[in-house]
Amino acid sequence: MTSAAITHPPDHTDWILPSRGRVGMYVLIAAESAIFLIFVVAYIFYIGKSEYGPMPKDVLDLPIFNTVCLLSSSLTIHLAIRALRDAKLGAFKLWWFVTLALGTIFLIGTGREWYRLIYEKGLTVNTNLFGTTYYSLVGLHAFHVTVGLTFIALAMILALLGKVQPEHSERADVFAMYWHFVDAVWVVVFTVVYVVGR
Amino acid sequence: MPRLLVLACCVFFLASVSFAGPAGSPDIPNIFRPASTPADSILGLSHLVLAITGIIFVVVFTLMAYVVVKFRRRGGDDGREPPQVYGSNQVELAWTVIPVLIVLVLFLATARVLLSIQDAPQPPGAIEVVAIGHQYWWEYRYPALGVVTANELHVPVSDPAHPTPTFLTLLSADTDHSFWVPQLAGKTDLIPNHPNHTWIDPHSTGLYVGQCAQYCGVQHAKMLLRVYVDSRADFDRWIQQEKASAVTANSSTDAVVQQGRSIFESTACINCHAVSGTVANGRFGPDLTHLMSRDTIAAGAASNTHDNLRAWIQNPDSIKPGSLMPAMNLTKSDLDAVTAYLETLR
Amino acid sequence: MASDSIAIGAIDEPRQSASEWLHGWVTTVDHKRLGILYILYSLFFLVVAGIEATIIRIQLVVPHNHFVSPEVFNRMFTMHGTTMIFFVAMPILFGFGTYLIPLMIGARDMAFPRLNALSFWLMAFGGLLLYFSFVGGNGLYGAGNAPDVGWFAYAPLTSRAFSVGHSTDFWTLALLVSGIGSIGTAVNFISTILCMRCPGMTLGKMPLLAWLNLVMAGMVILAVSPLTAAQIMLCVDRYLGGHFFDTQAGGSAVLWMHFFWIFGHPEVYILVIPCFAFASEIIPVFSRKPIFGYPVMVGATVAIAFISMSVWAHHMFAVGMSSYGNSFFTITTMIVSVPTGIKIFNWIGTMWGGKIQFRAPMLFCIAFLFQFLIAGLTGIMLGASPFNWQLTGSYFVVAHFHYVIVGAILFTIFGAFYYWFPKMTGRMYHQGMARWHFWLFVIGFHLTFDFMHIPGLLGMPRRIYTYEPGRGWDIWNFIVTVGTFVQGVAILFFVAGLIWSMFKGEPAGDDPWDAWTLEWSTTSPPPYYNFAETPVVESRRPLWDIKHPEDPDWKYE
Repeated sequence: MTSAAITHPPDHTDWILPSRGRVGMYVLIAAESAIFLIFVVAYIFYIGKSEYGPMPKDVLDLPIFNTVCLLSSSLTIHLAIRALRDAKLGAFKLWWFVTLALGTIFLIGTGREWYRLIYEKGLTVNTNLFGTTYYSLVGLHAFHVTVGLTFIALAMILALLGKVQPEHSERADVFAMYWHFVDAVWVVVFTVVYVVGR
Repeated sequence: MPRLLVLACCVFFLASVSFAGPAGSPDIPNIFRPASTPADSILGLSHLVLAITGIIFVVVFTLMAYVVVKFRRRGGDDGREPPQVYGSNQVELAWTVIPVLIVLVLFLATARVLLSIQDAPQPPGAIEVVAIGHQYWWEYRYPALGVVTANELHVPVSDPAHPTPTFLTLLSADTDHSFWVPQLAGKTDLIPNHPNHTWIDPHSTGLYVGQCAQYCGVQHAKMLLRVYVDSRADFDRWIQQEKASAVTANSSTDAVVQQGRSIFESTACINCHAVSGTVANGRFGPDLTHLMSRDTIAAGAASNTHDNLRAWIQNPDSIKPGSLMPAMNLTKSDLDAVTAYLETLR
Repeated sequence: MASDSIAIGAIDEPRQSASEWLHGWVTTVDHKRLGILYILYSLFFLVVAGIEATIIRIQLVVPHNHFVSPEVFNRMFTMHGTTMIFFVAMPILFGFGTYLIPLMIGARDMAFPRLNALSFWLMAFGGLLLYFSFVGGNGLYGAGNAPDVGWFAYAPLTSRAFSVGHSTDFWTLALLVSGIGSIGTAVNFISTILCMRCPGMTLGKMPLLAWLNLVMAGMVILAVSPLTAAQIMLCVDRYLGGHFFDTQAGGSAVLWMHFFWIFGHPEVYILVIPCFAFASEIIPVFSRKPIFGYPVMVGATVAIAFISMSVWAHHMFAVGMSSYGNSFFTITTMIVSVPTGIKIFNWIGTMWGGKIQFRAPMLFCIAFLFQFLIAGLTGIMLGASPFNWQLTGSYFVVAHFHYVIVGAILFTIFGAFYYWFPKMTGRMYHQGMARWHFWLFVIGFHLTFDFMHIPGLLGMPRRIYTYEPGRGWDIWNFIVTVGTFVQGVAILFFVAGLIWSMFKGEPAGDDPWDAWTLEWSTTSPPPYYNFAETPVVESRRPLWDIKHPEDPDWKYE
């Protein structure tokens, strides 16, 4: 017997499987969603269960500007990748930098909010259940923003060195999925913490 | 081929059925010897579940054994591959639908027992007890009767004609515990910040044992439960006695007892223990007002004898290593005096 | 038949020095080497956790025994449980998956080889971190070393107030680290299975092992992530003074239970589904028939995965949920038995009309079928919530889940081990040793875990370091302990047979079982590139098609 049955080339020339980068990122996003889900459940479960102040309605302000910055960074990263795909490297660098800047503004905004809460309102992780759940949930999101910004900054440096080329647009797009996810999580966090929980 | 397996499984099956019957002394907290309605209903359900699973076991086991024996490769095999069968939708459907029906029956039977136990209304004559789990002992409070005691729960027997069940509210002062007296009811956990409820209505008098069934720390093993089911008259007498303050001790003129009392009341003892009618009103440890009315000390870990009590006061770790009561390191005479004082708390 | 290989033989690798050899293994990103590392690592911890189990059983052989102190006993059962689940069962299954999946789908490696290595080393580091607690756990408090909070570590026992010192920190950090490793492995499995299949291998033609590992990896993503989240919260509590599970400040102990069991119950299926996969590969080959009802097997597995995500609170019937909650989790728990039963029947259907060969892998799988049947039936008893109030937290439940984890999972792992040992090493295992291992292990297993049900029915709770005499528990505990030693002897045969066969076993050839999946078409052990030419498949049993060109499978599928 021969190996013909298994090696003869039938009509499998169009054998196309999904991109492993995309699949991997989707799965990672699923895992991250599960983590965030647990934190959100804990946050909702403990709304109004703090035994002593400060309470959310006393100390939380709506971070509108921050939210606008982060959400618009989703648009700019999309524009950046489209520019990269079209080999418009100048536009890519510009939009990529705007994304980096918007993300950084968001982080600074969160930092300022935390500074105000800690030093003016006396709210820490240790204070009450609100403090514990608030800093954990917002902090977990901010951690993801930080990770994303680190990658964006790295890519920015590579772009400035001229190492980012149109053939990298697929990878950049896979990364953008992560960034969109981080933005989508912020919508959930914003709703839960600043709308429902306040 | 798997004769040993067959044998082992048969032994297991027979063993699990056989001890359900006799199982000797009342000290054995056997779930198959119920003495209270919740445990009784559970046993009824368990008979149904055991019967159904038993039938499934026999049928599937026989089928597997048959297949394994019948379709083994025999000596003198021609080496040809058997007919290749890929599946059958009819068969798949059959062994999907039948289990679904079995599950439905089981669920309905289960739900009925579940609701009858968990959502049972509390009748007017019920005794209310608050049971509080502490690291390695039980506190019992009878709010309506004004009694506080520890480790040995007394409840009246419940006559089916005039039921006097006992409804327990279960709280915890520290970690998670679980209240389990198998002959009276299934487990209910005691969880801090999460009040729970259970009830028992023992049909006959006697002592029912159990123990903490949720890992709660070092001495989880010696957090034993003792439920004394008294006749109504005995129970009322017990309540009267527990309500009284520790009169005997207060009025005792014995010099050693008085010395023991003053040591007790001037050392760390009173930080944790209460003796009603005296300055001792600590709440971290068991109430000692009627210590000598109990058969055991240390949450059932030792019988309440002079020697055990003395050993316990001297060094609780000798009986229950990891107990939260510190060794008092008393001198021999002080130890004798404190023991003598405690022995007057009847 | 066995010589019908589609691969050319391995290219001889140049001889290496010892340091090159070690460097090669430590820095490897080859899925086969990482798979073997996973398996060896797990076998090491299997022995360690087995010794811990033996210590537990010696302490319980008679009432009021003083073999170890209560503190040591509590550490032993905590470490035994944590190790067996997180550092034996999971890594050994990941190891088999890592080794086999690319070979069975005709790929040269995993989708992300470096992530693969990272995942392994994270898990390895997690295990070492857990065991470092014996050295470092005392901290400045002298408060006891290894974790002693039980493997599900109920709050508030894990809070700073009740667990001073660092022991619980080691527990939570070890699980956090290995959990991240597990998620990485799951990402890799899914990406590999979806994106790396050889031409012709549509989802409907994948070997069941690949299918079931795909489902398992999906469950890891959805179940281990909540555990990771809960461990982060516990770290916030312990290091930053948070109150998630701090009952003194309004925190909820029950929330931890939910979070843990949202992980904990799917975890059982995460462990058992790859074992179903082993059985689904081994039983057909040794019955000489294709798997019965392939699409139903896949569907039942997916159904188990979905349903098992909604049964977690059947671990919490005694916690005091509402009667509606209890009813809901009763019905979901019972429903999960339906697809599980379907799988058992399909395995029986596979053997029906076959010619069963009782080689060691098949022996272990047959024992698995019988034992899994019993485990499933005791599971139904536990699912009947009022009955559960009597059984949960007792030795009955300990016996039940050991029936699953040893009787089903460990037995199939041993089966898989003997089945793929020739492929991994190129040598046949020692058949006499394997038979001794099997029979002694069967006897020891039944002595231990059959009789362990009984003290539970007689009111013996789990996790007690000693018990009162005269409660009718003594004789059963004695038998259980005897059984432990029989199992220990069986493991000695296993290890001895393993080492002997590694060096002295007969050469196995490429396809010793006359099997049908792609891994048997390459050399034993496979070359680092797996397949010289990327295979192309037409059916679920590509090697059957080669061996029986007159009657190929693809005509019927």
